[in-house]
Amino acid sequence: MRQGRYPFIIGFLAIPVVLYAVFVIGPYLQAFQIALTEWNGYKAPEYVGLENFRELFQDEAFTAALRHHLWILITLPLATLVIALFFSFLLNVGGGAGKSGTMRGVKFSGFYKVVFFLPQVLAVAILGVLFQSVYRPTESGMINGLLAKVGIAPVQFLNDPKIALWSIIGVVVWQSVGFYVVLFSAGMSAIPKDVFEAAAIDGAGRFTLFFRVTLPLLWDTLQVGWIYLGIAAFDMFAIVQILSVDQGGPDNSTTVVALEIYRRVFRYSDLGYASAMGVVLFFMTLTFAVLTLRVTRRERIEF
Amino acid sequence: MKTKTEPPARPEAVPTVRKAPARGGRRPAAVASGVFSGLSHAALAVWALLVIVPLVWTFVAAFKTNAEIFGDAWTLPETWHFDAWGRAWRDTNIGRYLLNSVFVVSLSTFFTMLFGAMAAYVIARYEFRGNRVVYFMFVSGMMFPVFLALVPLFKVVQNLGVHNTYLGLILVYVAYSLPFTVFFLTAFFRTLPTSVAEAAFIDGAGHVRTFFQIMMPMARPGLVSITIFNVIGQWNQYLLPIIIVPADQDKWVLPQAIATISTTAGYRQDWPALMAALSMAIIPVLIIYVIFQRQIQSGLTAGAVK
Repeated sequence: MRQGRYPFIIGFLAIPVVLYAVFVIGPYLQAFQIALTEWNGYKAPEYVGLENFRELFQDEAFTAALRHHLWILITLPLATLVIALFFSFLLNVGGGAGKSGTMRGVKFSGFYKVVFFLPQVLAVAILGVLFQSVYRPTESGMINGLLAKVGIAPVQFLNDPKIALWSIIGVVVWQSVGFYVVLFSAGMSAIPKDVFEAAAIDGAGRFTLFFRVTLPLLWDTLQVGWIYLGIAAFDMFAIVQILSVDQGGPDNSTTVVALEIYRRVFRYSDLGYASAMGVVLFFMTLTFAVLTLRVTRRERIEF
Repeated sequence: MKTKTEPPARPEAVPTVRKAPARGGRRPAAVASGVFSGLSHAALAVWALLVIVPLVWTFVAAFKTNAEIFGDAWTLPETWHFDAWGRAWRDTNIGRYLLNSVFVVSLSTFFTMLFGAMAAYVIARYEFRGNRVVYFMFVSGMMFPVFLALVPLFKVVQNLGVHNTYLGLILVYVAYSLPFTVFFLTAFFRTLPTSVAEAAFIDGAGHVRTFFQIMMPMARPGLVSITIFNVIGQWNQYLLPIIIVPADQDKWVLPQAIATISTTAGYRQDWPALMAALSMAIIPVLIIYVIFQRQIQSGLTAGAVK
């Protein structure tokens, strides 16, 4: 049955490849070209070399966005992964030592996983609208209403430039934790029970178990999580656009590169400049992914 | 994954534990264990509340009056008003947006799966010149931020005359879902045994028939996971719809519409209706999630655990 192989291969690949080339690969490649021009979308683009990039680094909003990405890149994965590891550890071995010396998960761990994972299926846009009310700066806000009950003055979660970015990162952490709890729990349950038993018999306590057994065996999963969250840290568009005051405010204190790109395209029709930002964003994402893979590479432990 | 699958206690292990140089004797250890377990529950319960309370609080706000919404956050509505739900349904057109989302996502997920599976199958099972090139072309798409493509994509969509059309939105959803779909399904098709397909060839089935009648049913578990992944990803899309169907309000999809309604609610001073609209966007997803939670969890995490 070798006849008709090539027509079949071509027939099956044609539509997906064309679709993908037209809407994905084509635009990605063109973006590098457009980044070297000044273009408002109507007149012919004018070649300006690296001018856009030179301007970029004097652009206050853009440099602010870069700084924000740096903070998000550190805090978002760290907070999410630490909280998720903690909870998945509790869920899987938090029940204490069983009769046989093995570690047990807590009761209702299935229920907790269902609840924790829930925000993951909701749209970021919808969560943005929801948290506008949660963060409202008066006692009618969910959190400030609670703070008022214990006599704490309302916190300006989104209006204070010093904390606005953290409030937004908080929502993303809130949403992401459950995903990693489920991911890590799957990883932990894949670790053979005898490994824990052997360690427990040798007298390892809960914390030794966690740091010396669980963590090293979860390393691969942890690495994947770090990369996912890192890539998410370079996006953040929907949540910042919807949740922050004045889209990236107050005073550019929450803006991100994606939002600056969007603004440049749809408010100022400055397409060359916007593409230059896209190119910078691309290289940042790439550098991050390559570095993470290099730095965190370890010998794989098979079991 | 579950704790219930714990093997029954093995009696021979008990003496070993007693001998272990644990924290002196059995009793304190048992007490410590109980305390630890209690603290575990407390921590887990706190996070569970952190997740649930904002959602419930939003649902409750949909039954309040405007004045109550801007009063104390932690009081229940004096009387439970249902009219905001009616207003949200009528005035904000939420039903229309829900239907739009269902329409767009069902078509785009269907074609994502069809084209993705076709490409992945050929890449995984047929040797031809350029096989690696095609594979890496698809997979490289996972590395690029969508924002890099924003300007040219917008232009391409305009030039093809599909700006502000469902067709444009669906094509773009499919195209941007292909990298991960092809990546995952290629790996999946490689794991399937070759013998069944060979038997089909010997019996005279063509390539196309073998694909649809033999390979697709065999690949079902992988297809289900990635379908779920794509449905949720496309359902929750916000960026693509706001650049591809910005102008024609009748074509908006749910997340895009909710974000806009939230700004107009400020002008109209109708916050209960916004809360009701928000609840209507959340509740269907919640119901589906509760029913299919196991499949959804494994579908969404499929990419990370290989």
